[in-house]
Parts: sequence; structure tokens; C-alpha cells
Amino acid sequence: MALKILVTAKRVEDSESKIRVNAQGTGIVTEGLRYKLNPFDEIAIEEALRLVAKHGGEVVAVSVGSKDVHEQLRQALAMGASRAIWVNQVGPLDQLAIARCLAKIAEKEKPDLAILGKQSIDGDQGQVGPYLAEMLDWPQATFASKEDSLESQAEKSKTPALQLSTDGKEITVVREVDGGLQTIACTLPAVVTTELRLNLPRYASLPGIMKAKSKTIEEFTPATLGVDATPAITLLKVAAPPERKAGIKVPDVAALVDKLRNEAKVI
Amino acid sequence: MGNVLVVVEANPDGSLRKATLNALGAAGAIVKRTGGQIHAVVVAVDARPLAQAVAPYAVSVVYTASGPSFEHGLAEGVTPAVVAAVRAAKADFVVGAATAFGRDVLPRVAGKLQAAMASEVLSIEGTGSDFTFTKPLWAGAVIGTVKLSSPIVVLSVRPTEFQAPAAGSAGEIRELQLEAPAPMRTRFLDFKQVLSTRPSLTEARVVVSGGRGTKGDFQPIEALADALGAAIGASRAVCDAGWQPNDLQVGQTGKVVAPQLYIAVGISGAIQHVAGMKGSKTIVAINKDPDAPIFTVADYGLVGDLFTLIPELTAAIEASK
Repeated sequence: MALKILVTAKRVEDSESKIRVNAQGTGIVTEGLRYKLNPFDEIAIEEALRLVAKHGGEVVAVSVGSKDVHEQLRQALAMGASRAIWVNQVGPLDQLAIARCLAKIAEKEKPDLAILGKQSIDGDQGQVGPYLAEMLDWPQATFASKEDSLESQAEKSKTPALQLSTDGKEITVVREVDGGLQTIACTLPAVVTTELRLNLPRYASLPGIMKAKSKTIEEFTPATLGVDATPAITLLKVAAPPERKAGIKVPDVAALVDKLRNEAKVI
Repeated sequence: MGNVLVVVEANPDGSLRKATLNALGAAGAIVKRTGGQIHAVVVAVDARPLAQAVAPYAVSVVYTASGPSFEHGLAEGVTPAVVAAVRAAKADFVVGAATAFGRDVLPRVAGKLQAAMASEVLSIEGTGSDFTFTKPLWAGAVIGTVKLSSPIVVLSVRPTEFQAPAAGSAGEIRELQLEAPAPMRTRFLDFKQVLSTRPSLTEARVVVSGGRGTKGDFQPIEALADALGAAIGASRAVCDAGWQPNDLQVGQTGKVVAPQLYIAVGISGAIQHVAGMKGSKTIVAINKDPDAPIFTVADYGLVGDLFTLIPELTAAIEASK
């Protein structure tokens, strides 16, 4: 039972970079910033590759944005995705437009599964997965995780955490929810979004990077997909978060207890 | 016009989740500007008890949808009922708490409504039709002000940023007339609850969190938490290593907490973690590295070995009881 899996590969600012507000307060300083594949998408790609290694099939990576996103698509290809789709769109995009583009691609590609990061680390919106599921009228399993830790044997042997039923019609997902872990099964096709602890993504190998160069990146635009990409969200202003005043260092436990009791009055 | 529909959430035991009251607080901030009404929707196997619990909180009408397909709050099942309530309430705003349930269901509802959505909203600003919302971007490194231009907008709000309204006279409870539900393609199989006798992390008055510095030994932290009646939290490193359940992770991608007292033990203070706790009233940091970034957000810092200091602190608190 081969699986065709659609994954996303968003380009985001490297979380190690210093994010600062620009002088106009309209966005962030982009000078000197490094970019990378959204870490949650990286986890999605890894899970898709593990599933395909076990069950056969192919992984198709999609990214929406300017030509710069080729860097992230090439990384997905170098990790092991078979081919890539680029939706060429310069300028602001919102989650609705991205989900509409992905829905059109899903209609063309007819994958069994779409695996996306649960959020991207720039906008922190966490919307595209459920948007896509609803637009396609597919079931969804957000926040996919697993019971085994990232230091477990299952993780070391790169076992997929998502379980495909023997008839290949259903996927079982352990979800991180408030208060514990919920396990659900979704009939395919379905949308899954990934949590941090689903897996540890592989690095692209040198042969992988070489092979990626000859893999194809198919190009669309929102217009050729029939999507109106006019954003319904406008970022008006960006500001530094309110700073907490750095406090004081206390010499010992007795001083700490005294401060907590008599100054902060919290114990 | 300018009505708001609040999506109500239950605890695993079926009681009203406190974060819903914070979402109602956010709804209050909206109707104060629009002059509209606050409505709420309860979607559950038996919605009535929860509807009665939420009705006194400044709600005009509580819509209920009861049925077996709503068990476990699965997004596929819940979404059509919430959308029906949006229509019935003639709501322009759909608001819920940014909890796991809200983060799962609200964007799916927004998809159905073709609505723009802002996640993790921190404040509501502007007047009339000129509404804006603030939200964290880049893990809270900056705060963005966004404007949503779809006819209906959806918001998930950060519970720690909005005050629960006072209870008053109860609103009306109205059962939604729903079409027969489509067959579910999502099946619930299991829920492994992290059982704890301690208060819940997001609602506790005091939180004691441990980081990599604990080397996985949470015994001193547990003893301190017991002495203070506190909830236990953890940094991402601790959860990644499997030392503590994922459910205890405090941070931008975990739980956002704002207790009266937050004690960070052996936590370096990565921006990701700080984003999840900097709303706390008083922050204490205990770390052996005097240059750890956590000290820049702490009201009181104590430098030293946690395995010596935490038992000492626990004893001091026990002694003063």
C-alpha cells in the first residue's frame, strides 16, 4: 500500500537569528538574517519520509513564496522528497491564501495524506493545517506526537510514529492535547500537523544534496491555481514586547524567602 | 450588530474550563466597542449542564448542540455545530481560548467561514470597524498589530491576557437546530491523562519549573511544589529528553502561564521559554550560571546549585507554615 504524501516546506527566519523591530516599526530588520526550513515542517517531512520508507510511495514538498523558497524545497528534496511544487507569489500572504493554494494542489495531486508543521515559527498562527482540512473536507489530526521519547529506541530506528492500518485506509495519530495524550484514527485522505516531539529530522546527506539537484520543481502561481491571494490580514505595526525590569540577585535562601514574603507578598 | 460568539470548552471531567471565561472577557472587550451581544456555544454529548455553567457570565444566549458525534471535542464533529451557532447568533466575531482544543477547532471553523483569523491574541484595540489585534510573532520576540478584513473574523485569545467577567443573571439557553451529522471520519481511540494531585499548570497560583539543570531529577522540585501547593512545569529540553510529560512544557509552543509566583529552577531562559512565563507576577530564577538569560526577566535571582538550594528553600517554607 504505497502512500502519496504532501508536505509543506515554509521558509522562515532562523530562530537563532536576533529578531528586532525595524526603525519604522512596520516589520523586522531583515539585514543579516538567515533563513531556514520551518522546524515544524522539517518534522513533517521526516515523518513522511519514514512512512514512505515503510510503506512505499512518494513525498511531494510544496512551498509558497518568492523564488527564495527554492532553497527550502531543495532541502526537502535533499532529505528525500521525490519532487517539489513551488507556488510563486511575491509579497504578503496570509494563511487563508496559503491554504487555498495547498487545497488546489491537493486536488491535483490527490495525496493520501498531507503532513504540515503545526505552525510556522514566524507568524505563529497555527492555522493552515485545519484550514486545509476543512477546505478539502478531510479529517484532521493536529499536534501529532508520540509516547516514546526522542531518546527512545523507536526514534533511533526511525520508526514512523503515525500508524497506517493494515488495509491502508486509516492513520492512527497520538495527539498532544491539554492534560495528556489523545489517540485518534482518521480515514484517509487526512491532514496531520506535527508537534515538536514527533521525531528528530534527519540532516540531508551529501548524496541526497547531489540527487536533489536533478529533481524537478514544478511551478504554479496563485493565479494559475485559480486562487485569489489578496491577504485578508494586514500587519500594521510591529513593536518590541514590554520588557520586564531585571530584578535583583539575592545572596541566599533566607533573603529570597524574606523578599517573597515581605516585598512581593506571594508566599 | 457586532455580535461575538464564544466557543465554550469543557475540562476532561465535563466541567467548565476556566480559559473559556477569559475568552468571554475578550468578547466583552469587543462588544464594549461594537455595542453587540455576547453569545456562546456549547458542543458536547450533553451540552445542557455546561450551558448552565456558562450562562451567568454576561452571555445573552447560549446555543447548545448535543450528540454522540461531539464526544471528545473532535474538530471534524464540532465544527459544523459551531458554524451553525455563528449563523444563529449573527456573529461577526468568533472567539475562543488558545488552548489545544481552541487551536484545533477554531482554525477549522475559520476555514468553513472563509474567515481570517488571528491566533494567540493579546489585546483588542481600535474603535468601530477599525478593530486591530495584537499577537506575538517570532515566538514573542516581537508583538504585531494586525487587522483582519474578512466579513467574519476568528480569534484565539491567550487566556492569561484577559480577565474573566463577573457572574450575573443567567442568559437564555437555546438548542441549535442541526442537520443530521455527516458520518465521522475521525475515531477516538484513547486518552492518556497526565494524572496529578497538583493544581493544573495553567491555573495554578504558583508554578515551579525545572530545566536541563535538574539532569532529570525532579525530586527536589516536586518537594518544593508540594510545600507551596504549586503546579510543576518544565522547559523544552526536559520534555524532549522524556524526563517529564510533554504536557508540562512551559513556553511559546507549550503552555503559557501567568501565575502569581513562577520559580524557574535550572532553566537557562531561552526566548521560547520566557515567552511562556513572562506574564507571571513575580519570577524567581535559581541557576548556577550567573550569566543565564533567565536572570534578566527574574525579579529575584539566586545563583547556586539547585540540589543544595531547593531543599533549603523547601525546608524554609515548610518551617514557616
